[in-house]
Amino acid sequence: MIDMGMEQPETDKTETVNANDTASPLLHESELHSRKERILEVHSLSKMFGGVTALDDITFSVEKGIICGLIGPNGAGKTTLFNMITGIYAPDSGYILFKGKSIRKIPVHALVKAGIARTFQHVELFGSMTLLENVLVGMHVRTRSGFWGAVTRLPWVLREERKARERAEELINFTGLSDYTHRSAGDLPIGRQKMAEIARALASEPSLLLLDEPAAGLNAVETEALGLLIEKVKKKGITMMLVEHDMSLAMGISDKVIVLDRGRKLAEGTPREIQNNQDVMDAYLGEA
Amino acid sequence: MKDTENVTGYSGNIVIISNRRDIAANAIFVTAVLMCGIAVQNTYYLQIMTFIGINTLLALGLNMLMGYAGQVSLGHAAFYGIGAYTTAVLSGTFGVSPWAALVCAVAGAVLVAFVVGLPTLRLSGYYLGMGTLGFGMIVNIIFREWSSVTGGSSGFVGIPMLEAGSLSFMDGKNYFFLVWGVVFGAILLCRRILSSRMGRALRSIHDGEKASMAVGVNTHFLKLQIFMFSAALGAVAGFLYAHFVMFISPESFGFMVSVKMVTMVVIGGMASVWGALLGASLLTLLPEMLHGFAEYEMIVFGLILMLVMIFMPQGLTRGLLDIYGHWKKRP
Ligand SMILES: Nc1ncnc2c1ncn2[C@@H]1O[C@H](COP(=O)(O)OP(=O)(O)OP(=O)(O)O)[C@@H](O)[C@H]1O
Ligand SMILES: [Mg+2]
Repeated sequence: MIDMGMEQPETDKTETVNANDTASPLLHESELHSRKERILEVHSLSKMFGGVTALDDITFSVEKGIICGLIGPNGAGKTTLFNMITGIYAPDSGYILFKGKSIRKIPVHALVKAGIARTFQHVELFGSMTLLENVLVGMHVRTRSGFWGAVTRLPWVLREERKARERAEELINFTGLSDYTHRSAGDLPIGRQKMAEIARALASEPSLLLLDEPAAGLNAVETEALGLLIEKVKKKGITMMLVEHDMSLAMGISDKVIVLDRGRKLAEGTPREIQNNQDVMDAYLGEA
Repeated sequence: MKDTENVTGYSGNIVIISNRRDIAANAIFVTAVLMCGIAVQNTYYLQIMTFIGINTLLALGLNMLMGYAGQVSLGHAAFYGIGAYTTAVLSGTFGVSPWAALVCAVAGAVLVAFVVGLPTLRLSGYYLGMGTLGFGMIVNIIFREWSSVTGGSSGFVGIPMLEAGSLSFMDGKNYFFLVWGVVFGAILLCRRILSSRMGRALRSIHDGEKASMAVGVNTHFLKLQIFMFSAALGAVAGFLYAHFVMFISPESFGFMVSVKMVTMVVIGGMASVWGALLGASLLTLLPEMLHGFAEYEMIVFGLILMLVMIFMPQGLTRGLLDIYGHWKKRP
């Protein structure tokens, strides 16, 4: 059984699913509780910044193929958690397993190659490069021509380049950005930049995709489009973690939700369970 | 949806235009070099233009490092010197063929760049700047003090002339064409690199190193690679310089020369291949024009650098293009 880390044990699995209309219709709870393969396991992870405890003894796991929402008030440690899963920060204690293997000491770029991709809370596109080029850089770990390839332009190099461009254009279509293919990424409207980051992240063919507030700065229409895109990505079999302040998006789309507050894990469960959790309500009301 | 067609049609054109532009720029460059080489008879002018070519090579290499990888090297003259002294010692003292010496010079510079770059490029910020500053000084001291091999501060005499079969490069014109042929090759090489997977990754570092790492670029390795590449171009420039003047001394590869190289790149405009050419031309021509003011040379360079940084922070190339754009738009 998966350790849910929750106070409340099993709920009645079969009957309650349809009872609450705000619950995610995507996944039955029975499915969530089944022994699915875990793509990510985080064990008593802690991280301090000076005197600030950004993460405090966090344990959870993410099953393959699900969307795992990560919510919590400002400064809860959500972005820090992403930075640790992507290898940017090393933990003070605890460890992270990706596909069963420890990510300790693996450099950031190697983790991307292993299948972890991310987007940033504050857009970090390559502003002077076109959208196409941005996506092509995202493909860096799946292509291999280097200095000598660039200099000699051997047939295989040109073939690789042509294929990469085709795939990049496909991805740009997939994210609905084909109008902007040859525009400088820095000139895109903010909503499009958020989508562009997803396109660039998908280009590395991840098996785990970490989205840090993808809906921030998006209007209602764009947010809906984003929701649809995330569902499409899920259908491709890509596991996602989603940090989101837009509750209707986070709750509507996640299969399970983890709540952080001041570096601690407050709760974990289905969206419906989280919405009925008193601790969570307190944390949010306390902050607001 | 009308917009869509418009935009894609437009952007499609951009790609074609930029290709055409490259070809046009190359054609202009080759024609200009040929015309200068054929028309100019005055040996002094030919000499100056040959120096411009050698300095362009230096600026091109450093530009890849500064303009694209965003790393400053304050000791790049060391690689220039390593190229020059390697060929001087091998061909002058040991009678090795200069062409074989060229291979050794480049290999040596690349190896040294690897050793120097490996620790310094791992660190973020301006460590490479500091590291290379010290490195440049140490190399210069070696040139100066290892007099049994390098001739010490009085310099190295007796560097042979270049020959290729029956073709002698004693002739100033031939040397001019040799140097500018190499420059043209280097420009093509830089463009190939920049438009490749490696070049895209390099430009992504310039735009945002954090994001670049996060999307899977091994930024340390890439910076090291481009540092080695710029060292190789520096060594080639040093080789061409040594066999051109046939006498070298440590001053030609000192700290001031490193600063001058950085100035060329900044003035010409970082991240611009043609900017390197412009910067190198200006900084080669100015001292010639300011002949009587040798002591004030550094002051003049400093002033120009300041003015460019204040009024055209993108460099002279971009600045002039912008002014031209404004002028064209005027009703
Ligand atoms: N590099 C850092 N250096 C120092 N403190 C940091 C660093 N990164 C994060 N912190 C601190 O760690 C805590 C958690 O920050 P984090 O950015 O992870 O929160 P978050 O949940 O993403 O918040 P938000 O919703 O505002 O994005 C904050 O107190 C923050 O100030
Ligand atoms: Mg955050």
